Amino acid sequence: MAMFILRRVGVMILTALCLTFIVFFLTNLYPNLEKLAKTQGDFRMSDEEVASYLGRNGYLQPMAVKYGQWLGVVPGFVIEDRDGVTRGQCIEAGTAPEDAPRFCGILQGDWGYSTVFREDVGKILNDKLALTGKLMFWVMVLMVPSALILGILAGMREGSRTDRTLSTIAITTTATPEYVSGVLFIAVFASTAVGLKWFKGTATAAMDGANFENFFLPVLTIALYGMGYIARMTRASMAEVMTAQYIRTARLKGVSFPNVVMKHALRNALIAPFTVIMLQFPWLLNGVVIVETLFNYKGFGWTLVQAAGNNDIELLLGVSVISVVVVLVTQLISDIGYVYLNPRISVR
Amino acid sequence: MDALSWSDIILRMLEQFTPVWIALIVTFVLSFSFKRHLGLYGKLFDSPIGMVGYAMVMFWVFTGVFGGGFDMIVTHDVLAQSAPMKNKGPGTAFTQLMGTPDPNAYPYYLLGGDNLGRDVFSRMVVGAWEVIKIAPFASLFAFMVGITLGLPAGYYGGKLDTFLSFLANLILAFPVILLFYLLVTPEIVLTGIPVYMAAVLFLFPIVFLVLLWNSRYHTQPSRRNVYVGITLVIGLWLYLGIAWDADPLGLVSFPPNLLVVFVAVVFVNSPTVFRIVRGLTMDIKTRDYVAAAQTRGERPWYIMLWEILPNARGPLLVDFCLRIGYTTILLGTLGFFGLGLSPESPDWGSTINDGRKLLTMYLHPALPPAFALLSLVLGLNLLADGLREESLRD
Repeated sequence: MAMFILRRVGVMILTALCLTFIVFFLTNLYPNLEKLAKTQGDFRMSDEEVASYLGRNGYLQPMAVKYGQWLGVVPGFVIEDRDGVTRGQCIEAGTAPEDAPRFCGILQGDWGYSTVFREDVGKILNDKLALTGKLMFWVMVLMVPSALILGILAGMREGSRTDRTLSTIAITTTATPEYVSGVLFIAVFASTAVGLKWFKGTATAAMDGANFENFFLPVLTIALYGMGYIARMTRASMAEVMTAQYIRTARLKGVSFPNVVMKHALRNALIAPFTVIMLQFPWLLNGVVIVETLFNYKGFGWTLVQAAGNNDIELLLGVSVISVVVVLVTQLISDIGYVYLNPRISVR
Repeated sequence: MDALSWSDIILRMLEQFTPVWIALIVTFVLSFSFKRHLGLYGKLFDSPIGMVGYAMVMFWVFTGVFGGGFDMIVTHDVLAQSAPMKNKGPGTAFTQLMGTPDPNAYPYYLLGGDNLGRDVFSRMVVGAWEVIKIAPFASLFAFMVGITLGLPAGYYGGKLDTFLSFLANLILAFPVILLFYLLVTPEIVLTGIPVYMAAVLFLFPIVFLVLLWNSRYHTQPSRRNVYVGITLVIGLWLYLGIAWDADPLGLVSFPPNLLVVFVAVVFVNSPTVFRIVRGLTMDIKTRDYVAAAQTRGERPWYIMLWEILPNARGPLLVDFCLRIGYTTILLGTLGFFGLGLSPESPDWGSTINDGRKLLTMYLHPALPPAFALLSLVLGLNLLADGLREESLRD
């Protein structure tokens, strides 16, 4: 088991390195750098001015060197500027060049500086992750129990009327992307023109004080899309378990139907949904981006859109590191959990 | 003229869709009468869920083809703006501020006007065409890529499998929206990366077909040469035109911004297909008929393409339906974030994005495309469900 985890962690680090390099490569292509220079300076910069701006800020070094600097395995660049000031990646404003550390990258805990928000990337990510964590927590609280109940009720008696109805509901939720359900919910529950006016159409206020009125719609929107999928998996696995020999034996022994479901079937039926729930995280991340944009909730997903739209290289890299790590860690947990829950699977 | 009442609006919309109803009825009558001769497609008509799904999908397919392709259902030009019609509700009589209105113009905006005074109904209809043009082909290409790589990965295993699976997981670990934001921007188009990606991805259908013919007719060289030759000539001609925009005859070309969208969608979908095909191959290669083929000395590609692939068709067909739906969702996502397609484009994602900004005041511009997208994807899901049920039955 230890060997298995170790190997998976190794692959994980390799994947993370490859992915960040791809993001790094794409954001550091010259047209993107030119756009960055123009948004930072002004839009009427000539080509020479763009080149000189990029040179002064260390953007024109070879790609591998820049990536090494960002990682923290290559010493940060130091450039003697035209006005005699020494500028460098690791030299903060107000400190002498001699006192600055040689390396400053991810490995040293320095995430870089966001050009859009004019703040340290580490701090931005910290704040935004807390906000998105709050959102995700409530999504999970709403999504997982309702999906499991839906799936178990449907799979309990396969082919019955309840099963048909619940399965159709599950299919409908998986067929409704967040930008559709979000728009429908706002139209029905939050529109000022017509509608019920139960909830708020934006969640900006929920960043400071979340309450039912301003936070329920975004949570519901994300939860609904993931719910259908988990419910269908639970239903399939429940239906399979219900046809097993030991369930029939229990029924023939005279155990009541609720007892069979609760005591005999449930635990075996929940192995498959567990993996699915873990693997839902990457998809939830997508939902988070859409919903945070739609409801103007300034969390992690909203930051991703801002960073990508403005080619904020270091913020975008930070965002991708976090999302890649989240995806890979959940995959690892789902693999390990699967092995623990299902003793028939062995790992070498 | 007064605004129409809701019952009038519905009647008039039903009337506008007349060609679609006729086409749907013809399709269903024909399919019903020959359902015992049509294999799996015919069996679909035994399952109520499958039929409902199929009807919903075909409704939008016909709407797209007749509306976008032949200009039949639309009531107004999708790009024409009319200042007095801005944000007007459904059923408002059509007026123009400047110039005399065309006397032949349709007298109403059936579903109202959007924030620029364009007809919501027509945009919804043409939006179907935008999806029908891209989604099935993008899914098909993703399947070609996934199958061509997934079969050998599952069949041979070993280092090849490890390497390809690593690549697939690498792409899957990317949040889709981040990938879109990185790939589908005007700056990236300038660097030419989408063209290179298209050059690689669009090679796979040709490779797939050549392998298919070559492995089947290896023993009949004359027949094989004809098939492979035709595939290569037509394939490479289309390939040059679509991927490189360098068609020697000047007939085939592809709008660059559409190419980026297409490539991005194929790129995101193919790793999932790869994983499904790989899993199915690993399962099927242990069967007796594969062992029999190996014993009689068949070549690996023959076994993969003519023994394993046909036996994996059930799950693949089901996934194909689901994948078209997912591609539709992805296209909507692209439109929603204003990536790729032009801002004026009538595709559903862009229209929803335009409409949502005024959503608390005016509902009518955002809701029709939202319901349209919902019903198409729901139809595809129900169709997949029906297919799954019917293919499991035998």
